[in-house]
Amino acid sequence: MFIINCPYCGERDQTEFSSGGEAHIVRPKQPTELSDDEWAEFLFMRKNIKGIQFERWNHSHGCRKWFNVVRDTSNDKIHAVYKMGEKPPVNK
Amino acid sequence: MPQELRINNNKFIDQTTRLSFKFNGEKLYGYKGDTLASALLANNIHLVGRSFKYHRPRGIMTCGSEEPNAIVQIGNDPSLTDPNVRATEIELYEGLEAFSQNCWPNVKFDIGGINNLLSPLLPAGFYYKTFMWPASFWEKYEFFIRHSAGLGKSPTKPDPDIYDHKYYHCDVLVVGGGISGIMAAKLSAENNNETLLLDDKNILGGATIYQNNDCFQIDGTHTNYWLEKEIKNIKNIKNLTIKTRTSLAAYHGYNYLLAKENLTDHLSPDERKGKIRQRLWKIRAKKVIIATGSIERPLIFNNNDRPGIMLSSAIKKFIDFYGVKAGKEITLFTNNDSAYETAISLKKSGVNIVSIIDIRDKSSSKIVKEVEKHNIKIYWKHTIVNTEGYRRISFIEIMQLSDDGSDVIGKKIKLKTDCLGISGGWTPMVHLFTQSGGKLKFRSDDNVFLPDKNKTPSDQISIGSCNGDFDIKDIILNSNKDVKTFLGIENSSFDNLKVESSKEEMKRNIWLLPSDKPIGKTKPFLDFQNDSTAKDVKLALREGFKSIEHVKRYTTTGMGTDQGKLSNMHALGIIAEITGTNMGELGTTTFRPPYTPLTFGAIVGRNVGEFFDHTRKTAMHNWHVQNKAKFENVGQWKRAWYYPKNGETMFEAVQRESKAARESVGILDASTLGKIDIQGTDASEFLNRVYTNAWSKLAIGKCRYGLMLNEDGMVYDDGVTTRLGENHYIMTTTTGGAANVLTKLEDYLQTEWPELDVYLTTVTDHFSTISICGPNSKKILSKVIPDLDLSDEKFPHMSFKNSIINGIKCRVMRISFTGEHSYEINIQSNYAKHVWELCMDAGKNYNITPYGTETMHLLRAEKGFIITGQDTDGTMTPSDLQMDWIIGKKKFDFIGKRSLYRSDTIRDDRKQLVGLLTDDPKEILEEGAQIVEKLNQKPVEMLGHVTSSYFSPNLNKSIALAVMKSGKKLKGKKFFVPMENKNINVTVTDTVFFDKENKRLNA
Repeated sequence: MFIINCPYCGERDQTEFSSGGEAHIVRPKQPTELSDDEWAEFLFMRKNIKGIQFERWNHSHGCRKWFNVVRDTSNDKIHAVYKMGEKPPVNK
Repeated sequence: MPQELRINNNKFIDQTTRLSFKFNGEKLYGYKGDTLASALLANNIHLVGRSFKYHRPRGIMTCGSEEPNAIVQIGNDPSLTDPNVRATEIELYEGLEAFSQNCWPNVKFDIGGINNLLSPLLPAGFYYKTFMWPASFWEKYEFFIRHSAGLGKSPTKPDPDIYDHKYYHCDVLVVGGGISGIMAAKLSAENNNETLLLDDKNILGGATIYQNNDCFQIDGTHTNYWLEKEIKNIKNIKNLTIKTRTSLAAYHGYNYLLAKENLTDHLSPDERKGKIRQRLWKIRAKKVIIATGSIERPLIFNNNDRPGIMLSSAIKKFIDFYGVKAGKEITLFTNNDSAYETAISLKKSGVNIVSIIDIRDKSSSKIVKEVEKHNIKIYWKHTIVNTEGYRRISFIEIMQLSDDGSDVIGKKIKLKTDCLGISGGWTPMVHLFTQSGGKLKFRSDDNVFLPDKNKTPSDQISIGSCNGDFDIKDIILNSNKDVKTFLGIENSSFDNLKVESSKEEMKRNIWLLPSDKPIGKTKPFLDFQNDSTAKDVKLALREGFKSIEHVKRYTTTGMGTDQGKLSNMHALGIIAEITGTNMGELGTTTFRPPYTPLTFGAIVGRNVGEFFDHTRKTAMHNWHVQNKAKFENVGQWKRAWYYPKNGETMFEAVQRESKAARESVGILDASTLGKIDIQGTDASEFLNRVYTNAWSKLAIGKCRYGLMLNEDGMVYDDGVTTRLGENHYIMTTTTGGAANVLTKLEDYLQTEWPELDVYLTTVTDHFSTISICGPNSKKILSKVIPDLDLSDEKFPHMSFKNSIINGIKCRVMRISFTGEHSYEINIQSNYAKHVWELCMDAGKNYNITPYGTETMHLLRAEKGFIITGQDTDGTMTPSDLQMDWIIGKKKFDFIGKRSLYRSDTIRDDRKQLVGLLTDDPKEILEEGAQIVEKLNQKPVEMLGHVTSSYFSPNLNKSIALAVMKSGKKLKGKKFFVPMENKNINVTVTDTVFFDKENKRLNA
């Protein structure tokens, strides 16, 4: 059970947050121009990494803000937390 | 009964306070300070239970949480009885009643004992192999297997006890109050760390607190006296909180730990009244020091499970701490020096020691020499090959070991004994360490798994014997050194202690000791609770199981309530030996929390009954209650379901309500619908993107129905949204979807479209909604709000007005979910009941009829309106619902648009919404019933299912909505709905049954 440093509220218990899956998947600007395969890639395909993973988290029982987290899924160590729209502070 | 097995020991046992208790109905007594186990032993009772599979008699084997045998049921009150309690852990109290488990008719004569005779027929995996065939017989087997399986009886009534949760934050948490834990707690607290020290026993001090032996001294006094003084001192340290009777259950990441504090389990029933029984501590510690100690290993030899066979360290604790002799003629069997400490303790208390059997060639350590001084016979290089005695050990047979330890030689010697202490070395308790993510390394000198310092999660250390230090000298030296480094302390009061101990010189380990009989004829038990023997492990390996995790599950070794605390190391040792693997490479099975079982009460704490989940009630709730409404749960909401009058059934009430709403006027509490206030200069654009239809041209003061999809094109939610101003909308959602819709919209706003100037606020609870529907609804509203112009020109369908009722601001929408002329009044919740009553009053002469959710569902089904979640299930596109009209095809994009023409969503054989009419208009279909075309087809092709079904009083016939494969093409076709005892003939129709021309909206 980890502690997440919400960029808006500070350190809070994991139970206050909900996970939103893989980060940096951008919704296509012109979906109509995509083939079925390309659209399916955006819609369904997600990575499930053992190791460093970039994820979205929502402070759902707090400020309700979404932000990004860099977490090592093998030991839950959080390497960075940054706001939506910001560049990852560590190499992706 | 005279307690001839009791010696005077006033330190830990209060012999002035006699406590009476019952075991299997027999009245006995013990003293304050006893555990149930020590009190039973003082009454010369060893036989306490039967083993799980063979029902062999079993006795008390240990003195702690690793106990595999002495598992009892406490009490027989149907709400308070407690199964699977370890007799070695429960403290004795006046009036305690305990019963043996897993035996019938009683522990001394148990019918299941026949399994023991059948044991050659019950090898590992017996159940898997035997009951596989024939498959159809499983249900019959299952009955008998279930009947004979399981330990103990669960309470059958709700638990009346109170449980508590507590959150705790500290700088340093020390787990374990033995000598190293006490040193660590003192160093930590004295150096300005807020420190919490936990111990599962009632008294601090671990095994050192009763170690009163000349061989072990600190600063010239026996270790127990030294420690006693230290404990006295730490109780006065300000920064230190000490909790006894508190066992650490789980160690999660980021130093989050759970501990269970026992508050009343040691008190008599009278003293417990009104008190909290157990408290679950949820601890966040900046640093954690694990000092959980170690437990002694048994030895694995033929018939090593008889009552009277105990761990040597347990015999020592019973005599030194509880003042109880575990037997009168005690034998010790060992492979290390620990048993010699027990010998000295027994000798001091005047217990006769038959002999010591040691598998080692010789040892000349200090403590062995001390024992030799007492003229105790030691059989070096010998092993036990068999034991006798059914309900209590009576004889042992010993033989000399061959040089390599694989065989026995020479003559058999038979010795009479009533208690056998066994000592196979020590196993560090690394459970918490591994739970936290730490990795173990193997030390082959004494075959132990230890915390690997290089693979330890940050901010924790293990010290003392759980870290592999078994000699008191090493424990003190290393604990002091490691804690100082860990906490950054320069000088410690333990820096210059003079410690004396007896250094163990010689070790010998044989995982499975040989017997003069072939292994097939022996019973060397590994897991005492699950009756798995070394034979079973060997069989599993022969059958091809290699992974330790598989062998564990196949043989059930280590799967009892003790979770293999005693048995695992030997199982690993035997596997490593046979497969020729290094034990370090083989690894261990995974240690999972909890370390010792937790009660459900402690886990849930106060979150029981109405505190388990929130109940949401509308502002008019009390009115519904007073008017005898039946309620239904919709999410957390209590919604009025129907209002039975004069003993009406639900069917009758719903028929009456539905008729009244169409003939005159009905009133519904619709407050639970989700309401989201949307503001911002881009609010229109935002709605364009989240709904399938177009919103830019919606005029201020107008309402529009919207359908919301997931990105995969499936219908997610629906509702009416009203434009209150240029940049201001109010969106309604379904009752159940409210929270999720808000979360989803926030997600898009914050992550995909941060450039949009839009703000979302939930106002579900702030506004209550009163829905008035029916041909007379206009008359009611004109009475309640006389100033409002209700003409169709000024206030047409799908429009909104701000208004005032009795000085209270409200929003009135003319919208309809029933197809009738109807209005919704949205009003600040604290005035809502008052306005509801005004409406009721205004409708007196029009038979205004309150209706609940069931009537609402019926009325909308007559009109073919869907309910998301009932007629949809996350696999329906708008087109599947025959709602193509709501897709804004010209729109550039909206959530889910691209998915509407994926190869899968454009299939024309998808399930699609249809209407169904039964050929017999009185026959009502069951929701969920399957629809088929051919009755005799095998397997029958199921074409779809009924999603909504009612008897319509306004059409005087049964109606239903259903989803069917290629449904759009099936209009007019006939199908069957097969039920258990009949087949119902149905015809596919349009989805709209009532008022197809929508004339009534403006009636």
